[in-house]
Amino acid sequence: MRRSVRIANTAVIALIFFGGGAVKQSSFAARAQQKTASAAEVKIDNFSFGPAAITVPVGTTVTWTNRDDIPHTVVSTDKVFKSKVLDTDEKFSYTFDKPGEYPYFCSIHPKMTGKVVVTN
Amino acid sequence: MSRKTKDELLHDHNHDGVDRRGFLKCMAWAGTGAFCVIKGGVLNSYSLSRLSEMNPADAKGELSFVQISDSHMGFNKPANPDVAATLQAAVAKINALSTPPEFLLHTGDISHLSKPEEFDTVDQILKSATAKDVFFVPGEHDVLNDDGKQYLDRYGKGAQGNGWYSFEKKGVHFIGLVNVMNLKAGGLGTLGQNQLEWLEKDVKHLKSSTPIVVFAHIPLWAVYPEWGWGTEDSAQAISYLKKFGSVTVLNGHIHQTMQKVEGNVTFHTATSTAFPQPKPGEAPSPGPMKVPAEQLRSLLGITDVNFVRGQHALGIIDANLG
Ligand SMILES: [Cu+2]
Repeated sequence: MRRSVRIANTAVIALIFFGGGAVKQSSFAARAQQKTASAAEVKIDNFSFGPAAITVPVGTTVTWTNRDDIPHTVVSTDKVFKSKVLDTDEKFSYTFDKPGEYPYFCSIHPKMTGKVVVTN
Repeated sequence: MSRKTKDELLHDHNHDGVDRRGFLKCMAWAGTGAFCVIKGGVLNSYSLSRLSEMNPADAKGELSFVQISDSHMGFNKPANPDVAATLQAAVAKINALSTPPEFLLHTGDISHLSKPEEFDTVDQILKSATAKDVFFVPGEHDVLNDDGKQYLDRYGKGAQGNGWYSFEKKGVHFIGLVNVMNLKAGGLGTLGQNQLEWLEKDVKHLKSSTPIVVFAHIPLWAVYPEWGWGTEDSAQAISYLKKFGSVTVLNGHIHQTMQKVEGNVTFHTATSTAFPQPKPGEAPSPGPMKVPAEQLRSLLGITDVNFVRGQHALGIIDANLG
């Protein structure tokens, strides 16, 4: 028990000592990880998708966030994905496993359109 | 944003006899309070403050009803944190009308998120109206997540397709249409082929002297397509109504009052009982307009429609809740 505590203490000291370097290293690690299972964000503001078109690598999870006072939906034109209605600040995510073009729109306000381009 | 006072019309209509074949576009914005009388396809509108100058006979008819719209029950954002209270205020205003309406029309967006409790609240509040019959059409907010199944269960008894229907009241033919279903990417409101075919058949047997009132949620004319304020195939629907001497189209959706007369057809949109929306193109988006609390009720309201038998005339009064 005592020994393990001591080891833990040592580890803490080491971390503090090389603090700057360690933090940098871990953020590099996170970034590398994001590349293999990457993520992208689309915000809904003022009845529009921003950005309206995004290009992402296969395997990317795209998350839409509704920042309007009015509910919206995210619906694939080709019926690939379809969110429930998103009230203010609600999110919808979809992971794109196949390359291709995925046009989508808001089924409540069909003038709102967007596109996800998935590349290999 | 500076707004006109509630009794002032932004666009005064010609009172000097408009050619009924001509085209008159006039707009009475939310809260201005317009009383409109249509005679032989020509629309005259009066500011609410000038109603006393009218011949009372023009205001009374054999049939009157009230249109309310866009109650958005469940909405609780800063534009109006208490939409139940403003709907209640609308009902109180209806109950205080000197000519009691025979029924109410609700032109959709009853609820904000299609939640059962939102519909329940509206039903409960409308029960306090002295007019017992309420005729509904759905707004896009009423058919979320379930393709309108709940809406049909609640309000669509005896209706066709997605909830369209017609009925007669004292010789006036009313047609409730649904243009919020199966919307296509990039498009506007849609009636669809099945509904258009039904409409054509529905009016075929009617005499051309029959007054027609069409009501639907999204405007059946191109108010502002950039914001989706229009219906793709509305021209087709209107073409079936060409033979009739008097056609009135009542819509909601845009949360402000607008009127247009085109030949035999008068188009009219109603204010919301919940929150105002900006004038076309005057904001980055058609989202709720945040106005000072003391101004809110002057921008919400009800529409009182009074049909005068024999003159082919519909008088339309917009009352605000202020
Ligand atoms: Cu939308």
